[in-house]
Amino acid sequence: MYSEQVMDHFINPRNVGEIENADGVGQVGNAKCGDIMKVYLKIENDIIVDAKFKTFGCGAAIATSSMSTELIKGKSIHEALKLTNKAVAEALGGLPPVKMHCSVLAEDAVKAAIEDYLKKQGRAE
Amino acid sequence: MGQKVYMDHAATTYTKPEVLEEMLPYFTEIFGNPSSVHGFGRQARRALDHARERTAKALNAQPSEIFFTAGGSESDNWAIKGTALANRDKGNHIITTAIEHHAVFDTCKFLEKNGFEVTYLPVDEYGMVAVDQLKEAITDRTILISVMFANNEIGTIQPIEEIGRIARERKIYFHTDAVQAVGNVPIDVEKLNIDMLSLSAHKFYGPKGVGALYIKRGVKILPYIHGGAQERNRRAGTENLPGIVGLGKAIELAVENMADHNARLTSMRDRLIREILSRVEYSRLNGHPTKRLPGNANFSFEFIEGEALLLSLDLKGIAGSSGSACTSGSLDPSHVLLAIGLPHEIAHGSLRLTLGDDNTDEDIDYVIEVLPEIVTRLREMSPLFAQNKGGREFV
Ligand SMILES: Cc1ncc(COP(=O)(O)O)c(C=O)c1O
Ligand code: FES
Repeated sequence: MYSEQVMDHFINPRNVGEIENADGVGQVGNAKCGDIMKVYLKIENDIIVDAKFKTFGCGAAIATSSMSTELIKGKSIHEALKLTNKAVAEALGGLPPVKMHCSVLAEDAVKAAIEDYLKKQGRAE
Repeated sequence: MGQKVYMDHAATTYTKPEVLEEMLPYFTEIFGNPSSVHGFGRQARRALDHARERTAKALNAQPSEIFFTAGGSESDNWAIKGTALANRDKGNHIITTAIEHHAVFDTCKFLEKNGFEVTYLPVDEYGMVAVDQLKEAITDRTILISVMFANNEIGTIQPIEEIGRIARERKIYFHTDAVQAVGNVPIDVEKLNIDMLSLSAHKFYGPKGVGALYIKRGVKILPYIHGGAQERNRRAGTENLPGIVGLGKAIELAVENMADHNARLTSMRDRLIREILSRVEYSRLNGHPTKRLPGNANFSFEFIEGEALLLSLDLKGIAGSSGSACTSGSLDPSHVLLAIGLPHEIAHGSLRLTLGDDNTDEDIDYVIEVLPEIVTRLREMSPLFAQNKGGREFV
């Protein structure tokens, strides 16, 4: 039911872990099924230089966590804020319809981590 | 790698070669319609009668009390809707449990929308129905009690004999969904005071899409499929003869082999449970420790999710199932796991492994080796593990 890319990111997830003294941390829960994703960002001059995640969730949740951290690394926070769950799903070669909500978790966690960074900087939007 | 271990026998089993062998001639050579007058038809009729006798014998019923259907779901639907509608003049109250298969559960929900009242009995932490609560729930409007023989998810075997006695004393029809029990638990419908019993061939090494409903002589029930005189005017449609022949053979074999089968599966199951619980911290067994189906092991592993677990096991060639919200189309966790009191996040990390005839001690060794590694890997990815580990006692 999952694409090859999803399985690849599930079997070898990129960027699993935590960042000590991260500049932004975001944790969100999935209202639909109860899964949780936590994102850690290292940010220098508004550029995301490192991203890591931990996820309590299904295969699609783990794969989209992995892909979204890949997609935002090296990007500015403004670019990263534009990341949509659809873009993450597309980069993974699509998700089954019942699993689209899992990718929302990744989008929301990235946004929450950036907002945390902005708040810490006193620039909350 | 390359190892393949099927531990999802509660979902379905393979058809045994000796069962298939008996079925095959009924596709090509003995293809007559059992309702036909001619020789082709009479030959088919004999096979149908033989399958009915075998099925009746396996349950200690009369052949005239066995009605073939297209499986467990149909049998459950028929038993419940058929008696509810036929006995409306006596009352509109049905008693069932909170852990039934959806074929019973959703049928009861349907009847609720159509003027019936349904009591869903709670279960204890092991998934056992409280007989006292059943007694209290009975009113003079109660027309049917439907309690499953054994649960498909957690394997708990219900006190069917006691429930049958109560139903008989109160003169209320008693239906049991025995889809998971047949071939695993001795069943005597007379001794257990069962009025209706559902079974399905693909759970005991027979073919899919064929089952039966036992209806005790005298039970007032409406036909379910209208349109012909088959199954004594109660279930129209040309019979699925190859399937029915397969069911007859499979149930006979299942009852013959039951003692050996149970001893072998129970010992493998107990070793699996013991080893997994001791090798994996923050794990628990769901269901009753001893009053459970011989092949059923159901675990919860805290801090991880079941679908990710199933995918990881599948990559290692191991087939299981889970009650996690993420594996259900509805994204709700299993109602059975919630009914035994598990919080949502612990139902989330559930894994059901159900053993069958084809499993070996080597399969158990392999799962014992692979499963803890997978749990560890997923926990390393889980934000909850680091946060909660050691912080509190597991349920
Ligand atoms: C307890 C129980 N009841 C009913 C069914 C439905 O049986 P079938 O798949 O033959 O319709 C199943 C099988 O999934 C079951 O486990
Ligand atoms: S996160 Fe639960 S279904 Fe994907």
